[in-house]
Amino acid sequence: MNYIKTVLAVLALAAAACSAYAQEQFIPAIDYRVGPYAAGGSGFFGGAIDYMTLVNMNGGINGVKLIWEECETEYNATRGVECYERLKKAHGGMSLVEPLSTGIAYGLLDRVGQDKIPMTTLGYGRSDAADGRVFPYVFPLITSYWSQAAAMIKYLGEKAGGLDKLKGKKIVHLYHDSAFGKEPIPVFEAFAKQLGFELIKIPVAHPGLEQQAQWLQIRQAKPDYVILWGWGVMNATALKSAQRNGFPREKILGVWWAGSEEDVIPAGAAAKGYTTMTFNTPGNYPLLDEIRKKVYGAGKGNLEDKARIGSVYHMRGITAAVLWVEAIRRAQDKFGKGKVMTSEQVRWGFENLNVDDARLKALGAVGMMPTVKTSCLDHEGSGATKVQQWDGAKWKSISPNWLTGDKAMIRKMVEESAAKYAAEKKITPRDCSKEG
Amino acid sequence: MQFFFEVLIAGLLSGVMYSLVALGYVLIYKASGVFNFAQGAMVFFAALTAVGLHDLGLSLWVAVPLTMAVMVVLGLVTERIVLRPLVAQPEITLFMATIGLSFFIEGLAQAIWGANVRGLDLGIDDVPLEWLLDHANMAISQFDLIAAAIAAAMVAALAIFFSKTKIGRALRAVADDHQAALSVGIPLHHVWGVVWAVAGFVALVSGLLWGARNGVQFSLTFLALKALPVLILGGFTSVPGAIVGGLIIGASEKLAEVFLGPYVGGGIDGWFPYVLALLFLLVRPEGLFGEKIIRRI
Amino acid sequence: MFYREAGQFKATYEEDSRIFPIRQDRIVFAFILAFAFLGVPLLASLGIVSNYTFTAILTPFLIFSLAALGLNILTGYAGQLSLGTAAFMAVGAFASYNFMLRIEGMPILVAFMLGGLCAAAVGIVFGLPSLRIRGFYLAAATLATQFFIVWCLTKVGWFTNYSSSGVISAQKIVILGYTFQSSMSKYLFVLAVVSVMALLAKNMVRSNIGRSWMAIRDMDMAAEVIGFRPIRTKLMAFAVSSFYCGVAGALFAYAYLGTVEPEGFNLDLSFRILFMVIIGGAGSILGSFLGAAFIVLLPIYLNVLLNFTEAATGIDLPSGLSSSVELMVFGSLIIFFLIVEPHGLARLWQIGKEKLRLWPFPH
Repeated sequence: MNYIKTVLAVLALAAAACSAYAQEQFIPAIDYRVGPYAAGGSGFFGGAIDYMTLVNMNGGINGVKLIWEECETEYNATRGVECYERLKKAHGGMSLVEPLSTGIAYGLLDRVGQDKIPMTTLGYGRSDAADGRVFPYVFPLITSYWSQAAAMIKYLGEKAGGLDKLKGKKIVHLYHDSAFGKEPIPVFEAFAKQLGFELIKIPVAHPGLEQQAQWLQIRQAKPDYVILWGWGVMNATALKSAQRNGFPREKILGVWWAGSEEDVIPAGAAAKGYTTMTFNTPGNYPLLDEIRKKVYGAGKGNLEDKARIGSVYHMRGITAAVLWVEAIRRAQDKFGKGKVMTSEQVRWGFENLNVDDARLKALGAVGMMPTVKTSCLDHEGSGATKVQQWDGAKWKSISPNWLTGDKAMIRKMVEESAAKYAAEKKITPRDCSKEG
Repeated sequence: MQFFFEVLIAGLLSGVMYSLVALGYVLIYKASGVFNFAQGAMVFFAALTAVGLHDLGLSLWVAVPLTMAVMVVLGLVTERIVLRPLVAQPEITLFMATIGLSFFIEGLAQAIWGANVRGLDLGIDDVPLEWLLDHANMAISQFDLIAAAIAAAMVAALAIFFSKTKIGRALRAVADDHQAALSVGIPLHHVWGVVWAVAGFVALVSGLLWGARNGVQFSLTFLALKALPVLILGGFTSVPGAIVGGLIIGASEKLAEVFLGPYVGGGIDGWFPYVLALLFLLVRPEGLFGEKIIRRI
Repeated sequence: MFYREAGQFKATYEEDSRIFPIRQDRIVFAFILAFAFLGVPLLASLGIVSNYTFTAILTPFLIFSLAALGLNILTGYAGQLSLGTAAFMAVGAFASYNFMLRIEGMPILVAFMLGGLCAAAVGIVFGLPSLRIRGFYLAAATLATQFFIVWCLTKVGWFTNYSSSGVISAQKIVILGYTFQSSMSKYLFVLAVVSVMALLAKNMVRSNIGRSWMAIRDMDMAAEVIGFRPIRTKLMAFAVSSFYCGVAGALFAYAYLGTVEPEGFNLDLSFRILFMVIIGGAGSILGSFLGAAFIVLLPIYLNVLLNFTEAATGIDLPSGLSSSVELMVFGSLIIFFLIVEPHGLARLWQIGKEKLRLWPFPH
């Protein structure tokens, strides 16, 4: 009981201290900086915090400063929920939440609806949350797993010389045996049926430290491509095992959670030539230079290792923060410039995002990320991705344009799945024609 | 048939890698009756320290002995601070203490070296042997063969250490009966300190090999999960048991995944070794080479 | 002096066989229950206890206590070490979900009971090896349960109603037309279930079942010789323990997370529950609660404390470092507590009572 009291006392103090910051917009950083996925967590939230620092240095959003607080989850759903509940009311209430963990996102799914706080899930989480009628508070911004799966098939089709050329080909889906790895299977199966390629599904049990059995199966099957849907140590091990089995890395196409420096560096030379999906074009941008100069120049950078500036996870974190800030800016346009937005107003901002090329140019991030335009019906807002290749030292973009898969098909699946969820949960979908 | 042998050989080779990790557990359990859960964390710590020092610009020839020194100190300190105050406590309490220790070591490793993943290049290429690939169409990695050789050399060295040196014989005496060993004048704490240091050495070797194989990252701590079925199959107290158990587990795990997996949906190599070990235990409850338990009232 | 039992006479058999034979214990227990059921909601209505306390601290604390209680029955009372607790919780959660989903008008409490019974059945099957294997061999063998069940739940689509990702969304908790929606109502619901089950457990371990478990734990050969049937006793322990874990799992899904994936019931969770039992005190009902409080609250407290010190002193540790330090302190505290009191927090409580009995007199 003593602990509760102390926690309460500390909280009360913290609350008292925070009431002074009424002119600040609070964004929590529910992150993980220890444990098996720490490299991703520190890179992503490092990027997000760097960008928010930059925004504050440039005078905030129409004068409203951003404030954030970190909370360590160790990638554990229970701790994540606790962090969310703890920070929910802190600093005048959180404006949005981004857990960067499928497990935590599921734990928060019901809560964000009740608390009316928008949750962004950039490139992970429930794909069907793109249907804003059933999931008003969830935003799988830029692209979801299903859109990505469709884009992968599109890319492989282009590589083969046309989607019809995929007929008769063999594609292996090598996946992390969990909710994450299983998510794209319906999409791949639908495409396999439509385009006539053979889909071989090979699961890898968590954590995937040893994959010789799986790669021997792949060697036996002699597939044309391998789609690597992995996470954590599984990716580096897969690349190593591909090398030891003589499978060319150029024919492996990874999901974007298998496409960061942290995934290929442990594999060393074995990773050269490996391709993955991404929603940031690797390279350098004025925005990154600005962060280097202003934020790191002033010694306020969040990354301990400056070499990681502009790395995949860092850029992904910046992208997330750009979208958060743009949503708040958008909300301010409607509800009053220079005011602190409530989470409900920020939600409106997310639903009416319009980050076009002109806006990206103003930010110094043209080409770094796709343009995003959301609506009540479409919480994803883009669906565009690129393919990058590891040349042994850095990632290089190998698709000149943004790739989008079969949008109509994905949309149909999204709506079906969302309707099933709505029926199970007894939710009446919103009528989008009535939303302003 | 050729494919069957390919899978079998790959399984045996990865089995050796499992044995390497299991060996660390056996050493400590044999000498002090502690099931050292922190062995996985020690593997991680050792690999990370070696790579961290290497990244600072030291050559591997300097970094590895330095790490060895660090591991010995860590082992001695652990024995002094954690285990000595807990002498004669129930096994499960000791086990819990080592879990606490594993948290501490994991935190320490990441506090010193950061949470970033690192690559480790020992200069051994992890590519299939050309000759075998051309002649038998079998992909056997040369890295695995060298790793197996290193493991064999280490087991041989340990065997000599245990049977020929004074301290090794003292270790065996302690393992047989603490009190009897104490009464003939063997310094118990001293011996335990040595065991922890040796376990640190084993952790370093397996950390380097696994680190070169999969990259040096936090997930190395999960190696414990691969070593446990080896332990139950081979017996907690037997060095040859760890080796034979590793070979059996490695081979059967691969064969099951490849030939049985497709019928049940795959991904079974997470639990199959455990079920196999479990079934085996039903026949021989003390493991393959474990000491026969005679129980009296 | 404060904890004196002198002058309390037991005149009837009933009085002698009460759960709390000492008056002070009864008063304290009644006070705690009254505080939990009435006091906490009252404080909440005054705004002293926040929603955060309910959802993020009290509810998980109670649920983990129940799971720890389940494991304590198996490990602490019957002496069978198990690392498969999370798997039994998963069985309870997924079974309850399917009963609710597939049977129209299924009352939620019945679904929880059935979920618990399913877990108990699984527990009996995976408890069979305990008849031949003991100690760490058994512990490692129970890992088979852990991995196999999570694998099954991921693989067999029927369990998750064929959701593409294998995630279930727990239905709302409705009893007699009342929906448990607010955090306080969920807390009270969990509290009621946990109190009833804890009381049952307290009684069970005093009955001849409990005594047979302890006999098996202390020396199974001797117990067998004097006429306890080890098969029945051990399997009973597995069944009851799994039942408790199953119900805890269902509560975890329904009253806490709301949406769960099989991966949520991973080995980590099993270990956390084992910590609770050991830190709290094996073979003590109270210990399960103390242990759960320790393991649930300590990391939160450390996190808050560290953030607070950083804010107060103006030292800004790099974020990664402060997380690592948290982990180190957590590990050290576990070791420290084990060294100070290897029998767990419950034992400290007992020692405290002894002290109170005498204090301030020397004898």
